[in-house]
Amino acid sequence: MFEDLLFQLELGLPQVVLGLVNGAFYALLSLGLAVIFGMLNVINFAHGAQFMMGAFVAWMLLNWFGIGYWPALILSPLIVGAFGVLLEKTMISRLYKLDHLYGLLLTFGLALIIEGIFRNEFGSSGLPYSPPASLAGPPVDLGFMFLPKYRLWVVAAALVLSLATWLVIEKTRLGAYLRAATENAALVQAFGVNVPRMVTLTYAAGVALAAFAGVLAAPIYSVNPQMGSNLIIVVFAVVVIGGMGSILGSVLTGFGLGLVEGLTKVFYPEASSTVIFVIMAIVLLARPAGLFGRA
Amino acid sequence: MTQDRRSLLKTAAAAALLPGLGAGLAAMPRPARAQPTTLKIGVLNDQSGVYREVSGPTSTACVRQAIQDSGIAAKGVTVEVVQADHQNKADVGSTIVRQWIDRDGVDVIVDVPNSAVALAVNGIVREKNKVYLNSTGGTTELTGRQCSPNTVHWTYDTYMLARSTGGAMVKTGADSWFFITADYAFGHDLERNTTGFIQAAGGKVLGSVRHPLQSTDFSSYLLQAQQSRAKVIGLANAGTDTINSVKQAAEFGVTRRGTKIAVLLMFINDVHSLGLKAAQGLVCTESFYWDLNDRTRAFTERVRGSLAGNYPAMSHAGCYASVLHYLKAVADMGAPAAKASGTDVVARMKAMPTDDDAFGKGRIREDGRKLHPAYLFEVKTPEESRGPWDYYKLLQTTEAEEAFRPLAEGSCPLVRS
Repeated sequence: MFEDLLFQLELGLPQVVLGLVNGAFYALLSLGLAVIFGMLNVINFAHGAQFMMGAFVAWMLLNWFGIGYWPALILSPLIVGAFGVLLEKTMISRLYKLDHLYGLLLTFGLALIIEGIFRNEFGSSGLPYSPPASLAGPPVDLGFMFLPKYRLWVVAAALVLSLATWLVIEKTRLGAYLRAATENAALVQAFGVNVPRMVTLTYAAGVALAAFAGVLAAPIYSVNPQMGSNLIIVVFAVVVIGGMGSILGSVLTGFGLGLVEGLTKVFYPEASSTVIFVIMAIVLLARPAGLFGRA
Repeated sequence: MTQDRRSLLKTAAAAALLPGLGAGLAAMPRPARAQPTTLKIGVLNDQSGVYREVSGPTSTACVRQAIQDSGIAAKGVTVEVVQADHQNKADVGSTIVRQWIDRDGVDVIVDVPNSAVALAVNGIVREKNKVYLNSTGGTTELTGRQCSPNTVHWTYDTYMLARSTGGAMVKTGADSWFFITADYAFGHDLERNTTGFIQAAGGKVLGSVRHPLQSTDFSSYLLQAQQSRAKVIGLANAGTDTINSVKQAAEFGVTRRGTKIAVLLMFINDVHSLGLKAAQGLVCTESFYWDLNDRTRAFTERVRGSLAGNYPAMSHAGCYASVLHYLKAVADMGAPAAKASGTDVVARMKAMPTDDDAFGKGRIREDGRKLHPAYLFEVKTPEESRGPWDYYKLLQTTEAEEAFRPLAEGSCPLVRS
């Protein structure tokens, strides 16, 4: 009996760690979505495409300009964020006064167009991108498993960035402006705050978060035009479970669901892609506003 | 009044359909007036999705190369090529093929990846008595229960892959396996067939795990595979799933500790997109490799200029060789006779031995199966590779007569027992 339990533990523990790594991606992506939804009330369906662009820009920087992973980690979110500014200024900003549905349709259409362009340009079977030399070496021995250094870095980076985003929005003056603008934009503007610019920059920041996750993903997932659409549905489920617009909620749920998914992969792998949606259904029935959402 | 409304509805419906039709037709030249000496080849494949690199524009370039190499123009026969994207949808593929044959006078359909589309096209071509040269489809049904006197299945099928990768690998000493399998019919079939050959060769399968289609993270499955201590991890999946599995296996250093990874369906273009760093040491089966011998190199040299940086995989070589052989049969029987009956051309193709630069000498069996050797390759390390696209070293060869499913086991109604 005891041995049996020990065996299960030996099998389970590495999966917990791997689940956290995947959770890091869910957390980062849902963080960006939550920021955009919480502050702009836009359901950004182009998030997956922007995640993909982050990875592709890293590839372009490396292959066209010889710029490696570390600079790309900063440059790629900046470049894709600038693209976000362009999208917000020219298209998305026109929809703030309309129903959510219009923003959803517009960004979904944009996602399809962006993916189509990349598929035409780069094909669909993917591009190679190696981890940086400093993180490439042999996997680290954790006692119960070998974990590639790169995965440890992913978890650390995601944690730091999530924490930083939460601090900025909840604890700084800028964050306070932002939250106030969500409640009553006209009033905040009356105090002399340039609300439209702030909104544009918030959208760009959300997009940059997606691109950052894209660069993080490039060395371990296939860099192809569809890479975002495979993840985005799960990420939406994470955001819904966490509570639309709740920053802390999406981060905690991201890591938590990564964990649940990881364990499902051992005990019943066939269900690993559905387990998150089952949880989503249960949460929606019990708490329609999500685990951390305000009803 | 009702009448009016109905006709109005009809007009509206027709108008709504038109843009779609227009887009589908834009890729095709205007229908030529039927002349007895003009043949028309339709290349139907995936131009925009997951199979673009292994079929797509490269297949069309190889078909054009075949027309040029055949020298058929000197015999007074003009051959036109049209191409279209089936978007991996059986209904889209069927509509295109019907339009091609009924309205544009297309005589031959070539390539057709994706088993669902491949089988849909098989039925239509037979009904219209044209010719169907399938290269990139993998299903054994084309030469099994659904075999047709109008169809030649050229390049590979799932039986060949399972037999070569499963059976031949056990002979190299890799006798214990663990499968990472995509959880749908294709994956299950591949796993089951390969298991059969592994056991027949004296190997054993220690376990398997089934993952949902289009998974992103495979580290969990790879870890389970490692814990089984199998010598080989067999990947019974395809496309992005395979690429993600391989990339993450390299990251976790699976092959560094001596475990082999056998990919049951992989083309050289997949190796290219993975990069040798991640792909080194993989084992896979193809029936053509550009650097196999002088003839394959000569073929590749001829066609390379029109491939926009891509290299031919076995699927592309199959388009080339099947069209070349078709044109030989046409030259032999005369273009008007060939145009009149697809069954007659295919019968002539079966009667003539095949010989081309890509696959060497071979023949087409009565169930429509083209026979040639299957090659088990290992992907080179970055140090072994001498340059771009120098990716494979040969491990084992399965001879033509052994490589494919025996005629009697296919239940093809064309085969008289």
